[in-house]
Amino acid sequence: MHDHDNRDANGSDLSGTQLRVRALETILTEKGYVEPAALDRIVEAYETRIGPHIGARVVARAWTDAAFKRWLLEDATHAIVDAGVAAHVGEHLIAVENTERTHNMVVCTLCSCYPWDVLGLPPTWYKSSAYRSRAVIDPRGVLADFGVVLPEHTVIRVWDSTAETRFIVVPMRPPGTEGWSEEKLATLVTRDCMVGTGLPEPPP
Amino acid sequence: MNGVHDMGGMHGFGPVRPETNEPTFHEEWEGRCLALNRAMGFAGLWNIDQTRAAIENLPPEIYLQASYYERWALRLRNMLVERGLVDLEEMTAGHALRPGKVPSPKLMPADVDKSLTRGAYAREARNSPRYKPGDLVRTRNLNPPTHTRLPRYARGRVGTVETIRGCHVFPDSAAIGEGDNPQWLYTVCFDGQELWGEKSDPRLEVSIEAFEPYLEALRD
Repeated sequence: MHDHDNRDANGSDLSGTQLRVRALETILTEKGYVEPAALDRIVEAYETRIGPHIGARVVARAWTDAAFKRWLLEDATHAIVDAGVAAHVGEHLIAVENTERTHNMVVCTLCSCYPWDVLGLPPTWYKSSAYRSRAVIDPRGVLADFGVVLPEHTVIRVWDSTAETRFIVVPMRPPGTEGWSEEKLATLVTRDCMVGTGLPEPPP
Repeated sequence: MNGVHDMGGMHGFGPVRPETNEPTFHEEWEGRCLALNRAMGFAGLWNIDQTRAAIENLPPEIYLQASYYERWALRLRNMLVERGLVDLEEMTAGHALRPGKVPSPKLMPADVDKSLTRGAYAREARNSPRYKPGDLVRTRNLNPPTHTRLPRYARGRVGTVETIRGCHVFPDSAAIGEGDNPQWLYTVCFDGQELWGEKSDPRLEVSIEAFEPYLEALRD
């Protein structure tokens, strides 16, 4: 991320960090604290298996199955696992639904808490000082940075993830998708939709 | 702790810049850093609140300059050194100079998938919740020099209890080694104008997840 725009600041000691991480891995391996093959598997899990496609399946199921949606809004962790939508979802997941009245947006102002189990690792912007500072005071301005403009009468509800509860936004199903399969609907559900900084694009 | 990490409502950080097709990791070391942190978390030598506190304890100028995974690398080194599990001489050498200290659970490849699912922080309650949905509450004006999850922008503010989330590990205690000390957890919602004044967007609502010790009943 040398010259990456989303960096909080420039000029940090990147090569130093790289060396520090390499040294830590070597030392912890030699001391018997970590197993490099387990590290490989963690990286691989987040690069290939755990990501927003899981959350997209959850949303698509909620759009097509009213009973599941009620359950999801009541108890997201158990609804998702027990309905077989995803195998591993940790405790305290909370699904919040966008409506004509209210648009939901999720932030963690104190660190970068994020629903990893259903969305994977957070993007850099979610962890940035810009997002963490502004989401709670100027969410409409933040949405504008994403090219999202909501009607003036829409209430914006920001959820600051200050405990071990985690939040996933269930966006409104776009018009023009009647009769679509769950799989096809899931393709409309982006990561940003489920954080509340995006809206599903209606089909052309 | 009133640190720079407590950013809600600050100005001056500029626009949010989403990156199109962002990769999971921008550099290989970021993935290794994340994995090392997760693997050492599995060893049970510290709890999640202690890891957050260790980030907050970075000097503010370092915190603001470092990227997310740079903070994780500094945090891991600091926690290992503080606990005597690695020493600075070894960090300089880039190799272990002494054998490992304590046998702790070691994360093996077969256990990785299970270990990545989030843990549970609900604990058995020793009392009934003091507040119920619909109650008006005021957040306390607390300024502990140690870890807390009550953000500054939401201290001393009037909000409405929306939901009781159960009885959870209390981060303020767990972070300083005082055990789980379970407390009731609530979603408390504030009007934008209560937080940011009368010029705030009248159609803004902000909620925090507030532990019972952060709240007091509102008496008018």
